[in-house]
Amino acid sequence: MIEVNDIHKSFGDHEVLKGIDATFYKGQTNLIIGQSGSGKTVFLKSLVGLHDIDSGDIVYNGRALGSLNNKERKSLRTEMGMVFQGNALFDSLTIEENVTFALNMFSDMSLSEKRDRANFCLERVNLPNVAKKFPSELSGGMQKRVAIARAISMNPKYLFCDEPNSGLDPKTAIVIDKLLQEITEEFGMTTVINTHDMNSVIEIGAYIIFIKEGKKAWQGTGDDILNTDSPEIVDFVYSSELFKKIRGEH
Amino acid sequence: MLVQKWTLSLGRYMMLLARTFKKPENFRMYYRAFMSDLELLGLNSLGIVSIISIFVGAVVTIQTAFNLDDPLVPDYYIAIATRESIILEFSPTIISLILAGKVGSNIASTLGSMRVSEQIDALEVMGVNPASYLIAPKITALVFFNPILIMLSMFLGMIGGYLASVGGVMSTEDFMYGLTVDFNAYHITYALIKTFVFAFLIVSISAYFGFYVKGGAIEVGVNATKAVVSSSVAIIVSNYILTQLLLV
Ligand SMILES: Nc1ncnc2c1ncn2[C@@H]1O[C@H](COP(=O)(O)OP(=O)(O)OP(=O)(O)O)[C@@H](O)[C@H]1O
Ligand SMILES: [Mg+2]
Repeated sequence: MIEVNDIHKSFGDHEVLKGIDATFYKGQTNLIIGQSGSGKTVFLKSLVGLHDIDSGDIVYNGRALGSLNNKERKSLRTEMGMVFQGNALFDSLTIEENVTFALNMFSDMSLSEKRDRANFCLERVNLPNVAKKFPSELSGGMQKRVAIARAISMNPKYLFCDEPNSGLDPKTAIVIDKLLQEITEEFGMTTVINTHDMNSVIEIGAYIIFIKEGKKAWQGTGDDILNTDSPEIVDFVYSSELFKKIRGEH
Repeated sequence: MLVQKWTLSLGRYMMLLARTFKKPENFRMYYRAFMSDLELLGLNSLGIVSIISIFVGAVVTIQTAFNLDDPLVPDYYIAIATRESIILEFSPTIISLILAGKVGSNIASTLGSMRVSEQIDALEVMGVNPASYLIAPKITALVFFNPILIMLSMFLGMIGGYLASVGGVMSTEDFMYGLTVDFNAYHITYALIKTFVFAFLIVSISAYFGFYVKGGAIEVGVNATKAVVSSSVAIIVSNYILTQLLLV
């Protein structure tokens, strides 16, 4: 479980997060939605401590991020996996080395165990036969899936994904969504996903928060979102004709 | 204003160094990084260092011969002068300046691209200390290999001088005699101390400029240039200080 209490974050005099509260439970896929530029990425990076927040606190199962010393913070981080919006793959390493990087650093698995683990993770994201390639040799969507494989390699307790299925075709996007939901439930992870994709919201949104201009404007589940009358949500979700039709049928 | 900016940068540089020399998470991974940095930063410089050293050695010999063209000064003095300029200044300082350009821009732009593509953040989230994992092996590699490069450069510089004497500026016997006469081994020690310091400055300063890039491709380029300029200035200034301390 991750508890977020009233966090604020500014860059210079531009306040991006203006007091957000949320509780992300384990074993379910928690979604952050909001317009481009609303602060989703800043929120996710604040959660993992890549941005130092100005006030508020973030508590991982009783461990407040702000009060951890270096060593405790590092050990908490070995329990985290993260997929960056821009993938952030290590471009000098092969796909297999990317996926096994954290294992090489922190586990005492044998070479063949690590290789098996990498293959397993790559197969889960539908990417067999790329282990020996370099990131630059893969398409954008394939790179995204490698980033997901890398994030889950250590069986993290906490998984953070910044738009994991942007740039993927609808079919692969659903495969990724289902994968994230499956591993979250199977391993009891606490998963937080930033997304624009309304399909994901409806398919896997166990708990959703909607960020508007740095504030939480709505929260609820994937079912709630189809029935809510909140004007902000209606405005955000039903901006496409398709979803207007879906809402009409509901 | 400027002083404030410099003090701030110096503080951040010191903090980065403190982070760099934390205990590694996994020695094997660091050793692997060390080996690949040794190749990238050290072995790959062998070619350019060799060529420059031979030619400069030859030119120094010819110029010294030209300037000492005096019947009262014995010819082997030319070799002594050549030897001393190569050992004291050319090999340790000028070669380090060339490496500041070659290695420094490489380090700053590599780390800078890793920063802007969030690879450094990715390391951080994994629980790896990116300063230590990315910078410590590079510092170790160059501090270890730079003295070897410089010794090689000294040797090849003198070969260059010898070739010049074969070419006819003076007799090869005089040249060989001059290389050995009045030889002070402390000058080699002095040169090696300089190369250790220069290697450390080149890597740490360039890494600092790469590590803290903000922005995109343009800033990576700008910081790579700053890295080369700053590490060259640092070499020149510390060269003066070390010479005062060690030779005077
Ligand atoms: N490092 C930074 N320095 C200054 N401002 C920043 C920084 N990172 C983000 N911002 C600002 O914070 C705001 C929110 O950005 P953020 O990247 O969180 O948006 P987002 O919701 O993730 O958008 P998208 O859906 O397009 O990814 C933007 O106005 C952006 O300009
Ligand atoms: Mg974003």
